[in-house]
Amino acid sequence: MSRPQRHWDARAALNFMLGGSGAGLMAAAALVEPPSPWPLACAAALIAIGLTAVWLEIGKKSRALHVLFNPYTSWMARESLAALLLFPLALGSILTLRLIPAAAMAALVFLWCQARILRASRGIPAWRAPQVVPLVMCTGFAEGAGLALFFSQAPLLLAVFALAVAARAWAWLSYDAATKSAVLAPAGKSLLAIGTAGALACAVVGIDSAAFAWLAAAAAVSTGWWLKFALVTRASVYQGFSLPHLPVRGAR
Amino acid sequence: MTRWAMVADLRRCVGCQTCTAACKQANGTPPGVQWRRVLDLEVGEYPAVKRAFVPVGCMHCDDPPCMHVCPSTATRKRSDGIVTIDPELCIGCAYCAVACPYEARYKVDGVATKCTFCVERIDAGTAKGLTPGVDPEATPACVNSCIAKALHFGDAEDPASNVSRLLAENQHFRMSESLGTGPGFYYLWDKVP
Repeated sequence: MSRPQRHWDARAALNFMLGGSGAGLMAAAALVEPPSPWPLACAAALIAIGLTAVWLEIGKKSRALHVLFNPYTSWMARESLAALLLFPLALGSILTLRLIPAAAMAALVFLWCQARILRASRGIPAWRAPQVVPLVMCTGFAEGAGLALFFSQAPLLLAVFALAVAARAWAWLSYDAATKSAVLAPAGKSLLAIGTAGALACAVVGIDSAAFAWLAAAAAVSTGWWLKFALVTRASVYQGFSLPHLPVRGAR
Repeated sequence: MTRWAMVADLRRCVGCQTCTAACKQANGTPPGVQWRRVLDLEVGEYPAVKRAFVPVGCMHCDDPPCMHVCPSTATRKRSDGIVTIDPELCIGCAYCAVACPYEARYKVDGVATKCTFCVERIDAGTAKGLTPGVDPEATPACVNSCIAKALHFGDAEDPASNVSRLLAENQHFRMSESLGTGPGFYYLWDKVP
C-alpha cells in the first residue's frame, strides 16, 4: 500500500514551472527576429518535460488519457486538450515557421488553463485567490520572454521582456496584497529584487551586451521558478476548519 | 426528490472517535486514512476557552468542487446528493484532494478515496424497503455506532424525516458556507429560541 497523498509535490510544480516557461517562450518566439525553429523546439520540449513530470505524479499512469474526459468543467482536462492542440502547431511551426502565431496563441491558451487550474482549487486559499490567474500568466510569459533572449537580443524583444517583468512584479504585488502568504514572502522578495530590479538593470545594459541580456533572463527565470515552486508545494495549505457557533450545552 | 444528509449535534458529541473506528471497520480503510474524523477544537482565548468535538469528512456538497475539477469524470454526484468516485476511471491526479475545502479526500493505491455515506448500505437497504437513518441496516456505519446519538442521517428533503425535524428544532450551520459548496452535513449548536 502506498502512503496516502493529500498534496501536490515537486512533480506537479514542474508542470507549472517548465510548462509555464515553455508556453511563455512559445508565445515570445513570435517576436524573435529572424524567425527561428529553435525557440519553438525548446518551448515544446519544456512543456513536454513539465507534462511528463505531472504524469509521473498521477496514481494510474496507464489511464493518463482519462484526463481528457471532462473538458466541460475541469481546467486540467482543458489544459491537456490545449497541449494536444499546441504540439502539432509547434511541430508545424518548427517545420514551416508560418504557424508561429497560431502556436503562440495555443501556448497562451495552455498558460491560461494552467492558471485556472490553481484558481479552481477551492480548498487552498493561496490558490483560489483571483489574483493567482494574472500571477501565473505574467510569470509564465516573463520567463518565456527571458528564455527568448537566449536566442535573440533584438531591441523589441528586450522591450517586451522588460514590460513582462514589470507586469509580473505588479501581478505579484496584487497577489501578495490579497493573500499575505508568509511562506511565499522570501520567493516574492527575490522576485522583486533579483527577478525584477536586477533583471531590468541587466536588460538595459543587455541592449549592447548579449551576456547581460542572458543574465537578465537567468534572473527572471530562476526567481519565477522559485516562486511557482513555493506556490505549488509550500503555499498549498488547506484553509482548515472553523466554527461560526460553539455548542450551547446545558441550560441557557 | 431525496437528498441524503448528515447531522452532527455538537452538544452531544463527546469526541470518543467510535464513528472513526466504525468507519474504518466498515470500509476497510488503510492506516492514515480516516474518512470520518472527529476534530478536537479549542476555541477562544484564556480564560474564555471552550472545547468542541466536530465530526468531519466528505460533506457531499450540492456543488462539489471535487466533481468540477475532476478531469476524468470519476467523481460524480447522484440525484440523491451522494458524491461518488469511480475507481476505474480515476487517474489519481489528486486535483480533487486540493480542491476539497474539507480535506476529505485521500489518494490511496493510486486513486482518490473518501467517505461514501456508506452508499452500498443505503442502496441495499432502500431496495429492501428500509429507511436510511431509521433502520440500522440502511444507515451509515458512523451513525449506527455513535454512542451519544450525536450523528443522524436522513432525507433532508422529506419534512417528516428525522434530520428535517432536527434541523427545524435546532439552530444549525454548515462548514465554510461562504465558499458556496452547499455541504450536505449540518451541525446543530443550540435550540431554536
